[in-house]
Amino acid sequence: MNVDLNKLHMKGALAEEAEGKWGMVIDMDLCTGCQACVAACAMENNIAYVGEEDSGYGRSMHWIRTERFWEGEYPEVKMTEYQPMLCQQCGKAPCEPVCPMFATVHSMAEQINLQVYNRCVGTRYCGNNCPYQVRSFNWRDYQDNRVRPEITILANQFNPDVTVRRMGVMEKCTFCIQRIHKAQDQAKSEGREVEDGEFTTACAQACPASAITFGRIDDPESLVTQLARSPRGVQHLEELGALPRVTYLKGG
Amino acid sequence: MADHKKQNEHTHKSHEEHLREEHLMLDPMPRGAMNEMVMESMHTTSWKFWVVFGILAVVVIYCLFFQWYLLIKGGQGLAGVMRPDYWGIFLVNTVFWIGISHAGTFISAILRVFKAEFRRPFTRAAELMTTFGLVQAGFSIFMHMGRVWLAYWMMPIPNQRGLWPNFHSPLSWDLLAITTYLLSSTMYLFLPLIPDLAMARDKSTGWRKTFYRILALGFRGTEGEWAHLRTALNIFAFAIIPVMFSVHTIVSWDFAMATRPGWSSTIFGPYFIVGALHSGMGAVVMVLAVVRGTMKNMKYFIRPEHFEGIGKLMLIISMTWAYFFFNDYFVQWYGGDKWTKELLHWHEYGPLGWMWFAMLIVNVAIPWATLWNKKWRSTPWLLFVVGLLINVGMWFERYIIVPVSATINRMPFTWRLYEPSIEVPMGIGTLAFFILLYMAASKLVPLIPVWEVQEGQMAHSVRKFGRETVVTVSDLE
Repeated sequence: MNVDLNKLHMKGALAEEAEGKWGMVIDMDLCTGCQACVAACAMENNIAYVGEEDSGYGRSMHWIRTERFWEGEYPEVKMTEYQPMLCQQCGKAPCEPVCPMFATVHSMAEQINLQVYNRCVGTRYCGNNCPYQVRSFNWRDYQDNRVRPEITILANQFNPDVTVRRMGVMEKCTFCIQRIHKAQDQAKSEGREVEDGEFTTACAQACPASAITFGRIDDPESLVTQLARSPRGVQHLEELGALPRVTYLKGG
Repeated sequence: MADHKKQNEHTHKSHEEHLREEHLMLDPMPRGAMNEMVMESMHTTSWKFWVVFGILAVVVIYCLFFQWYLLIKGGQGLAGVMRPDYWGIFLVNTVFWIGISHAGTFISAILRVFKAEFRRPFTRAAELMTTFGLVQAGFSIFMHMGRVWLAYWMMPIPNQRGLWPNFHSPLSWDLLAITTYLLSSTMYLFLPLIPDLAMARDKSTGWRKTFYRILALGFRGTEGEWAHLRTALNIFAFAIIPVMFSVHTIVSWDFAMATRPGWSSTIFGPYFIVGALHSGMGAVVMVLAVVRGTMKNMKYFIRPEHFEGIGKLMLIISMTWAYFFFNDYFVQWYGGDKWTKELLHWHEYGPLGWMWFAMLIVNVAIPWATLWNKKWRSTPWLLFVVGLLINVGMWFERYIIVPVSATINRMPFTWRLYEPSIEVPMGIGTLAFFILLYMAASKLVPLIPVWEVQEGQMAHSVRKFGRETVVTVSDLE
């Protein structure tokens, strides 16, 4: 059966979903696994320092992580490339429909997934349903220095543009939406469009090897679109049809 | 009661005596005597009861409420959940308690609809299990929430921002289904209770009389009242069956609708229902064995024939469960998805592989090995053991489905084994609270629906045609 999507007023939404707006390319051949992106992201987005014990138990809350893999059996172990993993900002995100509260929503303006912290009640269904396992939950009140005096010094360098999350809510990568908004406001006040490369996310900015590129993927001229067209480009778990916005370049 | 027992010990028994001894329905007693027996069982409380009651109360206060206070104060970090096991034992317990609550309605409603006569003395005991099991399920799901003090946001409450719950989410369906089930099963418990409450009101004094007078809603037993009661019960018995099926299907959808290997299985709906009945039947049998063994006069009402009847159901449900388990496993294995393959391997040969094999032994092998024998399935203590084992096995099954399966996802970097922590005492707390509520109820409401038993006894009779003894049943309704 051929459904005319125009009649259902769905074609526009579907096309936008499929194309996206902001996107990222990560060159795994360039990544050295230095974790500068992880540190930069934590500072930019006020990510909680969870402490050694919780971090060792899989509760670290970084929005981007550098995954390491090995090939072969000991002692003939070969390291494979590093794989920085962050929220893929899926066009059809599996995390979105399962939230009973509408706390994880699709932003129509930016075409990215956002978490509404003060709407979240902590059922953690989205975390379960995320195929990339990139959502972090505030297992404790990590950011409250009355509970954890050791973070007082960290609390002094909070980014004022980003909310500090408290116990019991889910959080995730926002593609540094505060930077997107700042650049858009700046461009608007100067009466122009946001230029490609005018700003970038914290992880891309910090990457010493320039492995991460961020920009408009609906602009065919932008650097990120050109890189994403590379024959080396792959999308993780593409077969699930979640329409991820991050392209990985590998096998160069 | 004592002379009744002695009568059974005669060595030479006629066929008729044998029938009377075996079947409650053929062994009638006057209504007044039965009322007295039930009232006596409610009023007789030994010191042992209070010791157990006290211990359970302490366990509930410490393990359930105090630990919950700590959990709310300290956050879900006190539990063993982490990435990738965002769901832990709290969800296991939720599914488990909803499963327990299933058999109450199943036994009561389905057997009532099909007019299975052996149901009569134990429908109430089973229905009480439904309500109290659902209470524990509700507690377990609220323990699981990160910000439980905002749980009311899941209700569609009108607010100035026009925010509504997301009806795409299986959790929203779940909330509605469980709420519906709790309300309807409580009403279904209450309806057949009214005549017995009226009976208790007429036979008690003091605060009990006030208590029963309020609950009995002024029931006097007129023709019109009975007619209304019968109509209401008929409607409820039919209407609650689809509700019961929908509840556990929707619980299974919490998992089946997700995109995780091992969870996104289309067979989960019926598989969960049968699993729920499996554990629920085991729980009914355990409750009946305890009630029969510890409460006064219950040996008259609850007889080996009832254990035998439930034993048959348990055997059939065990076989059905095995079929669905095989179906689920086989289709997932045949699908050949590499993540599912990894998951199935993890189930069997991972660190909790013993649990997977133990589940199959206690859920399938042991019921099949014992319940085929009529003599064995008429033995209350043996059925108690089998029921206990089935419940342990079904808890294992849910444990394998929730945290063990959640360990394996499509990002191998995050794979990690779940280590429970505060969930264990809190789970014990829910179990203690269930038993505590049941013990309190056994002293507050008549555990045997006397009017139903008497109705059945009036319909049954033993007659002689020549030398032949024949059991006759007339249809009252």
